[in-house]
Amino acid sequence: MMQGIGVSPGIVIGIAFIKKTEKMEICKMDIANTKAEISRLHAARETAKVQIGIMQQQVEAQIGSEEAKIFEAHMDMIEDKTLFKDIEKRIQSQKVNAEWAVKEAADKFISMFQTMENAYMSERAADIKDVTSRLIKVLVGVESVDISRFEQEVIIVAEDLLPSDTAKMDKTKVKGFITEQGGKTSHSAIMARTLEIPAAAGVTEATSIIKNGDALVLDGESGQVFVNPDASIIKKFSLRKQGLIASKNLLNAYKGVSSTSKDGFTVKVMANVGTPEDTEAVIKNDSEGIGLFRSEFLYMDRNQLPSEEEQFAAYRIVAEKLDSKPVIIRTLDIGGDKALPYLGLVKEENPFLGYRAIRFCLDSTDVFITQLRAILRASAFGRIKIMFPMISDVLQLRQAKALLAEAKESLRKASVQFDESIAIGIMIEIPSAALISDLIADEVDFFSIGTNDLIQYMTAVDRGNQKIAHLYNSFHPAVLRLIKLIIDNAHKKGKWVGMCGEAAGDPKLIPIFLGMGLNEFSMSPASVLKARCIINNTHKKEMESMAEKLLNMSTAEEIERFIDENVDICSGKETLP
Amino acid sequence: MYKVDVVLKNETGLHARPAHIFVTEASKFKSEIILKRDQDEYDAKSIISVLCMGAFKGDTFTIIAEGEDEMPAVEALKVLIDNNVGE
Repeated sequence: MMQGIGVSPGIVIGIAFIKKTEKMEICKMDIANTKAEISRLHAARETAKVQIGIMQQQVEAQIGSEEAKIFEAHMDMIEDKTLFKDIEKRIQSQKVNAEWAVKEAADKFISMFQTMENAYMSERAADIKDVTSRLIKVLVGVESVDISRFEQEVIIVAEDLLPSDTAKMDKTKVKGFITEQGGKTSHSAIMARTLEIPAAAGVTEATSIIKNGDALVLDGESGQVFVNPDASIIKKFSLRKQGLIASKNLLNAYKGVSSTSKDGFTVKVMANVGTPEDTEAVIKNDSEGIGLFRSEFLYMDRNQLPSEEEQFAAYRIVAEKLDSKPVIIRTLDIGGDKALPYLGLVKEENPFLGYRAIRFCLDSTDVFITQLRAILRASAFGRIKIMFPMISDVLQLRQAKALLAEAKESLRKASVQFDESIAIGIMIEIPSAALISDLIADEVDFFSIGTNDLIQYMTAVDRGNQKIAHLYNSFHPAVLRLIKLIIDNAHKKGKWVGMCGEAAGDPKLIPIFLGMGLNEFSMSPASVLKARCIINNTHKKEMESMAEKLLNMSTAEEIERFIDENVDICSGKETLP
Repeated sequence: MYKVDVVLKNETGLHARPAHIFVTEASKFKSEIILKRDQDEYDAKSIISVLCMGAFKGDTFTIIAEGEDEMPAVEALKVLIDNNVGE
């Protein structure tokens, strides 16, 4: 079994097609007739232009105009004067062949763009690379491996996939991607999710270990890849695949209906989102909003802080896409295990108990106010709410709110539009905040329980530590009691409570939290319909007394067993809405 | 030769899509068109050159054209910049 990162969920069983990136040896040759060499360059350029144009049309027709825009950038590059002047100059002055000149010029511009401290410019480096290697292929006369037509259905195995690869790929036959490089946000991952085919990235040495024609089982959820698996594995995964398809079809019936229990208690099932691209999945799964928008992606994989404009643009796009549905933006939760080299934060002994999230933001007011202004400005374009992470006492909340007031005032002075009555909430993820949630509730509009950190802090367990990971348990009676306390405290003050940790999407716990009165469940977009199915097939009143019983049980095992035996969880057989 | 000073007012500056729009417009003219900021000159018809210029909101530079359609070229690009390059 090979282990990668699951980047697009689903299971596929199929035949491997290895797409090796052709490593072309480019020789440097002396050229006497530089004029002829330059005409050869121009002819190749025309051919490349035609190829790009064809791909642009194909992608526009098959996938969408948004995805086709990348080829507009390629077209800009192939027509670029600076690039071609540079290449021509090399041919003339060094009397070398066009291939060599293209390669040298490409290296120069690629490294120039790569060093620019800006994600947009690094992407343009990829464009130059794609365009110049196309040009070289035309010059050399190499035919790329043809992936535009397959006799049978295949799983593509590659080092990485370029936009031009996915563009010409035969989408009707490609059933999955396995790549050595990349992660959740790489081009091939995004494309796989758009095409709804399973994909795993970061599968080390996949193109050398897997051979053309090998039988593969790919689980795009766990990132597992089995090469020439035995019958038992194939059987196990085909059963799971059938189950997934069946439940997916059934769950589709829960699109467009409200999340209301059998006895008429309505809640919201929302989605957790890490990048603007995820919003597609949010909409497709009919989530009722975004319960947790992690703003960290804006700050990661770069060398400097994002500007207010850049952040504003990102928040605005999401707010507009979600239309009238709420979007809860969590302010920067950095530090701990998520370090940003350019902030120059010192490595800590105990990062989870360290200088992170709101603790950092309240010190770095410039960084914080920039983000708050960007969020506020975007609030004029949708239904945005603000949520502060890692609050441990009331004072921190007041400080954060004071900075928010400052950001609002600066926008008012500049006559910039924003939502004056923007809702403010906090993550409840530190036990001290949970215990005084009645006091905090007076000063916020809502809570969102972050169970991942809350459980870790309550049980003093580092989940990454295999020796003690079993002690981390969402069914721990203390966890359930504290969650009940938080919900009750908020409700007494007339405030609503959501949950955005993994427990919120746990099919066994959803009915229990519903019984406790939780108002909003936020989870990965793919779990939304399942959760709605569970809620709509549950009696809230029954679950209230069930929750009461659970709170008096002594162990997590007892609680989980009791749920297993007494709570019917939507298995797809329930009545449709 | 015809030239005019401009100030970039759009949010993105000459990056991303605005850079593409600007270069596409410049390429419609026959004249040589350069953008001059301080002592540095950039080719208005080259996306690479314009991106390397790295012009942001608030930057001032001169559009200089030389050729048969120099005046309409410069005026068209000025209008584009005054209208926030399509943003």
